[in-house]
Amino acid sequence: MRLNDEQQMLQDSVARLMADKGPVSRLRELRDNRDEKGYDQPLWQAMVEAGLTGILVPEEHGGIAFGLVGAGLVAQEIGRNLSVTPFLSTAVLGATALSTGATAEQQSQWLPAIAEGTALVALAVDEGAKHRPDNLSTRYEGGKISGDKLLVLDGHVADLLLVAATDGSGSALYLVDPKASGVTIERTIMVDSRNAARIRFDNVDAEPMADGAAALQTALRAGRAVLAAELAGLSREVFERTLGYLKERKQFGRLIGTFQALQHRAAQLMIDVTMTEALALQALDACDNNADDADAQVFAAKGKAARTALLAGQEGVQMHGGIGMTDEFDIGFFLKRARAGGETLGDANFCADRFATLGGY
Amino acid sequence: MSDLEQFRAETREWLQANCPEEMRQPVRGPEDHCWGGRKWQFQSDAQRVWMERMAEKGWTAPQWPQEYGGGGLTPEQAAILDEEMKRINARTPVSNFGFWMLGPALLKFGSDELKRKHLPPICRGEIRWCQGYSEPNAGSDLASLQTRAEDKGDHFLVNGQKIWTSYADKADWIFCLVRTDPNATKHNGISFVLFDMETPGVTTRPIELISGESPFCETFFDDVKVEKDAVVGELNRGWDVAKYLLTHERNNIGGEPPGYLKGRALGPLAAEHVGTENGKLADSALRADIARLETDHMAFRALVAKVRAEAEAGEGVGALSAVLKYYGTELNKRRYELMMDAMGAEGLEWESERTQGGMFASEWLRSKGNSIEGGTSEVMLGIVSKRVLGLPDA
Repeated sequence: MRLNDEQQMLQDSVARLMADKGPVSRLRELRDNRDEKGYDQPLWQAMVEAGLTGILVPEEHGGIAFGLVGAGLVAQEIGRNLSVTPFLSTAVLGATALSTGATAEQQSQWLPAIAEGTALVALAVDEGAKHRPDNLSTRYEGGKISGDKLLVLDGHVADLLLVAATDGSGSALYLVDPKASGVTIERTIMVDSRNAARIRFDNVDAEPMADGAAALQTALRAGRAVLAAELAGLSREVFERTLGYLKERKQFGRLIGTFQALQHRAAQLMIDVTMTEALALQALDACDNNADDADAQVFAAKGKAARTALLAGQEGVQMHGGIGMTDEFDIGFFLKRARAGGETLGDANFCADRFATLGGY
Repeated sequence: MSDLEQFRAETREWLQANCPEEMRQPVRGPEDHCWGGRKWQFQSDAQRVWMERMAEKGWTAPQWPQEYGGGGLTPEQAAILDEEMKRINARTPVSNFGFWMLGPALLKFGSDELKRKHLPPICRGEIRWCQGYSEPNAGSDLASLQTRAEDKGDHFLVNGQKIWTSYADKADWIFCLVRTDPNATKHNGISFVLFDMETPGVTTRPIELISGESPFCETFFDDVKVEKDAVVGELNRGWDVAKYLLTHERNNIGGEPPGYLKGRALGPLAAEHVGTENGKLADSALRADIARLETDHMAFRALVAKVRAEAEAGEGVGALSAVLKYYGTELNKRRYELMMDAMGAEGLEWESERTQGGMFASEWLRSKGNSIEGGTSEVMLGIVSKRVLGLPDA
C-alpha cells in the first residue's frame, strides 16, 4: 500500500514533532532524573494539542478517527526517536478497547477524556513471564476481580485500568478504578527505562463492558500492529545511524564501510528493515479495511518486527564496536527498547504459533 | 460501464470462447510449458490452438506494440487480462527468453528494422531464443568475457565459448555478448549481437546438473559468421543492454516458487507427511521454521508490492531489483529445504514412481542454483551495498 496525501502530511508533521520535542535525549533525561511520572509530559501535551491522543477515538467523542495506519505512522516516529509517551497504552490500547466493547455510558465517560488528554488508561493482561491472553488466572466473579498482573504499561500513572480476566467462559476486559480498595500498584522501571507496573487485585470492584471479549481481542490486535510499526521505525533509525558510522569510522587506515563483511551485513539489515516497514504498514491497512487475513498479517508483522528490531539493535551495537557498549552513546537505548517492545503483547515465538494456527498447521 | 470494465467483460468472454478446456488444467510439470520455436513438438492440438489464437490477438506479448505483433495493452488492461486468465486457470500460451529478455531489450535499444524482423516471430511462437552471457572464465565477473567477434568487413567472425546457455540445444536463435573491441577497457568493448543457432560453426552440449536435469548447455562458436546489422544498440555499448536486461530479469523475480510448490502452502503440505497432534504439526520445531519462513515471505510480498507501486509511480526500481533477486531466491531455497524436512524419507526416493522419478529432490537441488544464476547472492549484496547504501569501494 502507499500513503495517501492526508497520511503523508500526518507522517511529516509527526516526524517533526517527535524529532523536536521527543528525541532520545529526553528519554535519557527522564531516566537520569528518575522522573516521577516516567513519561514526557510536555511532549504528551503537544500530542494532545495535535489531536494525536484521539487518533483512534471516534469523532462523536472528540477524536479524529484517523485509523490504525495513522496510529502506526505516529508509532513509527516514536520508534525512531524513542519518545516516551503513553501513546500505546492510552491512545491505542485504551481507545481501541473502549470504542470496541464499552457501553455507551463508559464510552462517553472515557473516550473524550482520552482525546482531551485528561485521562491515561492502562491495559492489564499478562500474569507471568510470557503473554498468554487466552489462559488467565485472574477471575471475575460477582462484580469483583482478583488476580496478579505485570507488564501493565503506564500502570502507575493510569486513571483507568482495563483488566483482562475470565469469568469461566473466556477472557474479557473489565473496568477498574486504580484507586479502588484492594488495588496494590508497584511501579516497575523496565530495562528500556519505560514504565510498567505489577498490580495486585484483591477482590476489587470491577465493571463489565458490553462486549469485553471483543474489546480485549481487538485492542490486542491493534496494539500488536502499532507496536510492529514502532519497532520498524526503531529498526530504521538504528540502521541509518549504523550506516552513517560505517561511512565515517576509520580503522586499518580505511573506512570500515569498505569491508565486505560489514557491507553485506548492512545490506541484509536494510532489506529486513525495509520489509518490516512494508509489512507493518500493510497489516495496519488490513486492520483498517477488516481484511480476511488481517489477524495473520498482524501476527506476521509483529513477529517479524520483533526479530528485525533485535537484529538491528545487536548489529548496531556490534558495528559501533566499543563505543556502542557505552551508556553515554545512544545506540544501546534502541537495543533495550527492541527487547522490551518485542516482548510486549507477544514475542516472535508467540506470533509464529498464532500465525501457524491461522494457517491450519 | 467504464472502458476497463468493458475490456474485462470482452476479455472474459473471449477467453471463455477461445481457451481450450485442456489449457485450463493446472501445469503438472515442465513438460506442460509451451516454449514454441522451430523444433517445438506441441504436446496436444489444444496447446497449438491456444498459442495460435492468443498470438492472433497479440496477447502472447500483451503490452508490446501491435505493429510488432504484441497486444498494445496498457498496464491496467494487461493486469486485467492476467487476472481473467488466472480466474479460469488458463495456461501461459507460450513463453521463452524471447519474451522475457530479448523483446524488452529490442524495444528499448533495437532499431526499427531489428524490431520488425525479430519481434513478430517471437509473438507467434515461431522462434525460440536463448541467452549467451556467461563464459567459463566470466561468471560473476561477466564483463571479463572473451568470446571474440572480429570485424571482417561485411560480417563479424565469432569465436569462443559460452556456458550456462539455457536450452541452447532447443533454441533457434541466440542473443549473445561478444567482445568487438579487445583494446577497450573491459566494459567498453562488448557488443550485443543476434544470430541463428543453425549457422555453421555453432555447437552445443548439455550439462547435467546435480538435480539430474540438463536445462543448461555449453555452447561453442567456431568461425561463426554474423551479419553486421545484427548488433542491438550501439557497437561496443552492449554492456548497457546487458545491464538493463539483468535488472529487468531480477525485477521479474517475485520469490514465488516454481514447480511442485507453486501455489501450495507448506504448512498443510507438511501436515500430510509428519502428521498433527491437537491440530498442530507434530514436529514443533518444523512448525516454527515454517511459520518463520511464511512470515518472511509475507514481508517480502509486501516489499515487492511497494517496489512495484513505486515503479509504476515512476520512481524506478533501479538497484532495488538486486534486493528482490537476493531475498526472493534465498527464500525459495529455504522453502525447498523445509519441504525436504517435511517429506523426510518419502522425499528422498530418487528412482520411484511415488515421487515421479525423484521430482521433489530434483526441485530441491535445482533451487540451489537460484542464488547463483542471474547474479549470485554475494554479487547482489555488493550491488546493494554500493548503489543503495552508498558504501565506499575498498
